[in-house]
Amino acid sequence: MSVELYVVQFLTGLANAASLFLVACGLSLIFGVTRIVNFAHGAFYMLGAYLAYSLTIRWQTPVGFWLALLVAAAIVAVLGAVIEILLLRRLYRAPELLQLLATFGLTLMAEDAVRLIWGPEDLVGPRAAGLSGAMTVLGRPMPVYDFVLILLGPAVLGLLWLLLHRSRWGLLIRAATEDRDMVGALGVNQTWLFTGVFALGVFLAAFGGGLQIPRDAVSHVMDLSIITEVFVVVVIGGLGSLTGAFLAAIIVAELNAFGILILPGISLVLTFLIMALVLVLRPFGLLGKPLAQSRTLSHRIHGAWQPLGGVGRSAALAILICAALLPLVLGEYGLGVASEVLIAVIFAASLQFLMSVAGLDSFGHAAGLGLGAYGAALSVQHFGLSMEAALLIGPLASALFAAIAGWFCVRLSSIYFAMLTLAFAQIVWSIAFQWVEVTGGDNGIVGVWPSAWASGATAYYWLTLGCTTAVVLLTRHLTFSPFGYALRALRDSPLRAAAIGISRQPVQHAAFVISAFLAGLAGVLFAFLKGSVFPDTLGIGTSVDGLIMVLLGGFGTVSGSVAGAIVYKMASIWLISNTDFPRLILGGLIVLLVLVFPLGIVGTLQQALAGRLLAGNASVRGRT
Amino acid sequence: MLQVSDLNSGYGPAQILFDVSLQVGAGEVVALLGRNGAGKSTTLKSIMGLTDRRKGKILFRGTDISQYPPFEIARLGLGYVPEDRRIFTDLTVAENLEVGRQKRRSTTTWSPERIYALFPNLADLRHKPGGQISGGEQQMLTIGRTLMGNPHLVLLDEPSEGIAPKIVEQMAEAIRLMTREGVAILLSEQNLPFARLISDRCYLLEKGEIRHAGTMADLETGSGHP
Repeated sequence: MSVELYVVQFLTGLANAASLFLVACGLSLIFGVTRIVNFAHGAFYMLGAYLAYSLTIRWQTPVGFWLALLVAAAIVAVLGAVIEILLLRRLYRAPELLQLLATFGLTLMAEDAVRLIWGPEDLVGPRAAGLSGAMTVLGRPMPVYDFVLILLGPAVLGLLWLLLHRSRWGLLIRAATEDRDMVGALGVNQTWLFTGVFALGVFLAAFGGGLQIPRDAVSHVMDLSIITEVFVVVVIGGLGSLTGAFLAAIIVAELNAFGILILPGISLVLTFLIMALVLVLRPFGLLGKPLAQSRTLSHRIHGAWQPLGGVGRSAALAILICAALLPLVLGEYGLGVASEVLIAVIFAASLQFLMSVAGLDSFGHAAGLGLGAYGAALSVQHFGLSMEAALLIGPLASALFAAIAGWFCVRLSSIYFAMLTLAFAQIVWSIAFQWVEVTGGDNGIVGVWPSAWASGATAYYWLTLGCTTAVVLLTRHLTFSPFGYALRALRDSPLRAAAIGISRQPVQHAAFVISAFLAGLAGVLFAFLKGSVFPDTLGIGTSVDGLIMVLLGGFGTVSGSVAGAIVYKMASIWLISNTDFPRLILGGLIVLLVLVFPLGIVGTLQQALAGRLLAGNASVRGRT
Repeated sequence: MLQVSDLNSGYGPAQILFDVSLQVGAGEVVALLGRNGAGKSTTLKSIMGLTDRRKGKILFRGTDISQYPPFEIARLGLGYVPEDRRIFTDLTVAENLEVGRQKRRSTTTWSPERIYALFPNLADLRHKPGGQISGGEQQMLTIGRTLMGNPHLVLLDEPSEGIAPKIVEQMAEAIRLMTREGVAILLSEQNLPFARLISDRCYLLEKGEIRHAGTMADLETGSGHP
C-alpha cells in the first residue's frame, strides 16, 4: 500500500467524522443540560436523512441542496421540541433508565413510521448539486463533497463555541450543564432552556443525517448503527464536552477508515476496544469531567423488601403448578412460545438481580445471553459435546467473560458503567459477526438440537420451567442473604457501606459474574430451543429487551421481572405475528407505559396495595 | 415582606418541618438558629421551592408562592444563597454574576460594578473560573450572583460556615450594606456571635419546629415567646 492511499484514506476518515461529530455533539449538549441519554438521537438523524432525501430530489440546485438539508433539519427539530414538551418534560425527574426506555420507544416508532412513509427499500439520494465532481489528491480522485465535509466539522464546532461563549443563552446552557437547579433558583425558566437545547441537539443530528445523502443510501436501520457509534464517540470524548466529541469523532472515524484497510478482520472490535481502554484510563472520557448530580433529582427509593409470607408462597406455588400443567392445554407451537417466555423470565431475572439488588444498570446484558448461546452452540458443533455439557459450559463462558469485563466495569459508576457494559457487549457482538470461520458470521450456527430425552416440546418446556424456577428461587435467595444485604447497602450508600467494612468492587464484581452466569443459562436454553444462534442474540436489541422487561415489571421489586418478562415477551411475539407495524405499536406502548405506569406492573400493584393499607390504618386511627 | 404559616415540608417519605411559621418585615435581618439537622436549611429551601413537597402558606409580597417553581419565586424578587455555594466552577466570576442577572426585573440597583465595590476581592478575579477561587471568595460570589437579580429578600444559608474569621467580618459588613440598600435578609446560622452581630430578630428551630421567637436580646435573657 502506498503513502498516497493512506493520505486519501485519512481524508475520507475526516469527512466521515463530520456527520458523526454533528450527531454526537447534539447528544452531548442534550445530555449536559437535561441529563437525558437520548436513545432517539439516531432516529432523529434518520428522519433528517429521509426528509432531506425527499427535499433534495425536488430541489436539485446548489442552493436547493443546502436549503433542503437545513429545512429538513428544522422540521425534525420542531418535531423534537414537540416530543420534548409532550413526553420528556414529564420524565426529567424520573430515573434515567425510564428516560432511556421512553426514548428507545420513540426509536422503535420512528423505524416503522419511516417504513410507512418512505417504504422499506433503501433510497439513494442525488449527489450534492455543484459539488458532485472529484478532485485529484496525490494522483487519486477524491470527491469534492468530502472536502466540504472536512471543513464543515470545525466550522460547526466554531459556531457552537461562539453560541455557548458569546450569548446569554449559551451562558445559561453552560451554567445549567453544571447545576441546573441553581440556575432555576436564580430565576431562569429551565423548561424553555431544556426545550431549546433539545431542539438544537435534534437539529444537529438531523442535519448530520442529511449530510450523508450524497455518500450513502438512506435506510431504516441507519438509526441504530449511528447511535452505537455516537455513544462510543461521546464516551471517548467525555459526555458534555463538545471539543471532546469533535476529537473523538475524528478518532473513531479514522479508526474505522484505517481499521478496514489494515485490520479488516477486527475493524469493528477496534473501536470498542479503544472505548473500553479510554474508559479504564480516563473514566470520564478524554475531555469530560465527573458529573455533578442534579440535587433535587428524585433518587430511586427502594422499599424495604421482605421474603414472601405464607400467602405469597402459596400463590407462587399455585402459579408454578399451573405453569407445569400447561402441556395439557397447549400444543407444540404454544409450548415453544411458552418456553421462549420462560427463557425471557430467566434473562430478566438475572438482569433484575444486577439492577435492582446490586444497583448496576447494565446496557450490555445481551453479552451474557449471547455468550451462553454461542458457548452452547460451539461446544455442540465444534467439540461434539452433549446438551447437558453445554448447559454448564454456556453459563461458564458468560461468567468467565463477565469476570474479565466486570473487573473494568465495576470501577465506573452510573451512566459510564452502562456505557462500558454496552461497549463490551458490542465487542462480543463484533467478534460473533466478523469471525466468520468460527461463528459463521451473519449466517450464525445452525443445527443446535437438544438431547433425545429433551427434544419433545413438552420435555423441553419442563426443562426450561425447572431452570426458570431454580433461577428465580436463587435470585430471591441471594437477595435475602448476607451477600444480598451487602449489595443493597452498597447500592443505597457506598460510603456508609465502606465505613462498615464492605469492599465495593469485589462484591459488585461477584454480582456481575453471577448475573452473567444466569443470563448465560437463558442463552443455552434459547439456542437449543431455536436450534440455532445468530449475532442478533448479542445485539443491542437484546439488551434493551431485557431492560424493558425489568422496567415493565417494576424496577426495584424482586418479583417484577417475572411479570415483566411474561407480558413483554407475549406482547412482542403476538405483535410480530399479527401486525404489519409491530414496532410502531410496541414503541407506542412503551412510551405510554413509562408515562402512565412508571412503577411497572408489580410496582403499581404494590403501591395500590400499600395505599389501601395506609387508608385502612388512617381510618383506624381516625376512630380511636 | 415574607409570611410563612404552618409550613410542612420534607424529602420523599421523610418529613422534616412541622408547622413552621415565621415572618420577615421589609429591611429586616432575621436569623434562624438551631443545631445541625434542626431544619434551618430545609426551611430556606422550602421557601425557595426546592424541596419535594410543601404544605402550608408562604406569602411573599402578597403572593402565595407555596406552589410556585423556584424560577418564578426568584423572579418575584426572592434571592437564595445556598449553604454549599454552588458556584458554576467552569464559568468565570463575571459570567457567574451574569447568570444571576434577571432582565425582566425593572428595579436595577445592582450591577457587576456595584458587586465588585461591595466585595473588592472579586474585582481582580473577574476573569478567573469560579472553581479556582477560595472558599471565602466563592461565598462572596454566590451572594453577589444572587444580588444581581435585584432581590427584595435574600435567603442566606449559613453565610459564615467554613470561611476565615477575617472574611466573616467582611461578610457581616456586606450584609449591613445590603440592608442599607433595602434588602431584607433571612439567614440560617449556627454561629451565634455572628448572628447577634447582624440580626434584629431570631427564631430558634429544634427538630423541625419553632421553639422560640423574639429579638436577639430576648434570646440572651430567656424571655420572648415560644
